[in-house]
Amino acid sequence: MAWSDTFLKVLKDNDVRLVTYVPDNVLTPLLKGVTADNYFRSVCTTREDEAVGVVAGAWMGGTKSVLMMQTSGFALIANALASLTVPSQIPVVMVISERGTMGEFNVGQQLVARTMRPVLDSLGIAHHTLTDEATMPFIVDRSIKQAFMTQASVAFILSPLLTGGNPAGNEKLKSA
Amino acid sequence: MTSTVRKLNRADLTRRLVAKLKHDEAVVAGIGNSNFDLYAAGHRPQNFYMLGSMGLTCPIAMGVALAQPERGVIALEGDGSILMSLGCLTTIGKVAPRNLTIVIWDNGVYQITGKQPTATAGAADIVAIAKGAGIANSQWVRDENHFEQLIDRRFAEDGPILLAVKIDDQPGTAQTPRDPTLIRTRFMAGLGVGRSGALDM
Repeated sequence: MAWSDTFLKVLKDNDVRLVTYVPDNVLTPLLKGVTADNYFRSVCTTREDEAVGVVAGAWMGGTKSVLMMQTSGFALIANALASLTVPSQIPVVMVISERGTMGEFNVGQQLVARTMRPVLDSLGIAHHTLTDEATMPFIVDRSIKQAFMTQASVAFILSPLLTGGNPAGNEKLKSA
Repeated sequence: MTSTVRKLNRADLTRRLVAKLKHDEAVVAGIGNSNFDLYAAGHRPQNFYMLGSMGLTCPIAMGVALAQPERGVIALEGDGSILMSLGCLTTIGKVAPRNLTIVIWDNGVYQITGKQPTATAGAADIVAIAKGAGIANSQWVRDENHFEQLIDRRFAEDGPILLAVKIDDQPGTAQTPRDPTLIRTRFMAGLGVGRSGALDM
């Protein structure tokens, strides 16, 4: 089973029915799986902080959801997390495809990636870097359950070790 | 567009809106004056007051609307706030939740920070923007009676609906308690979602 299929199965096992996202190359297999499966409802937002709002509203209305984005998208949502979901104790399950490391070609991605874990740490948000398919299901399943039980957000950072990295970047590496 | 529109008062119209709510509709009110006047109109369990996250009123309301498609959901947002997140109107136009109504209080200023003019004081037209974003049922409110008529009709039609109101520059008329977890837990209880037990008694 592909890593993306395994990931989506864990979401289903945890009654996560709404997927909000801003598209990304690395996330494409996840997003294809979501749109192909009637179990999920998907909402593509224009910005990542908009998706934080949708996730928060859906949670308060009784629907579990997840927010998928890339590293640079996470950099847009610090205020939404700090002024809405963290003080309100609304759990946001974040799935972040990690750019800026292990062969990044875009200097902007490299810099913004360095802000990600410090922001998560400063807000007290648990984060797990997923590097292999063997440990991923256990980490994701247990951490989603913990997030909903304790009403605290969690971020899953999809390492290139798990996903193979950005396909466009991989092409550039061949000629680097 | 709005040259014939008389400026109305947010606190007055909020009271008129709340008086019309007979089906436990959820109301999500934006940062600052929008939620201050909702609180001033009398707290209801289905009210959510935003204390931060400027611009996220409509996305939050859409999330509630998707989670509870049989409940009417109303977003109360200011012009400055919606200008910060115009993209969300295109998402709402695309997703088209039929139970969502958006009210934009347009005073043409960032009232709470010192009345600096917003873009709607000039050429920007919220209704034109909303229609262009795909919310076909968007219109300017002419006066108090028109507002009440539109609010009445809202529940009989498919949404989403956007009502834009030119208002005066009066500040909010009360101060919502600044306790985010209390606001969130009460709102969830009002929606029938929250954890229940002896602590609720």
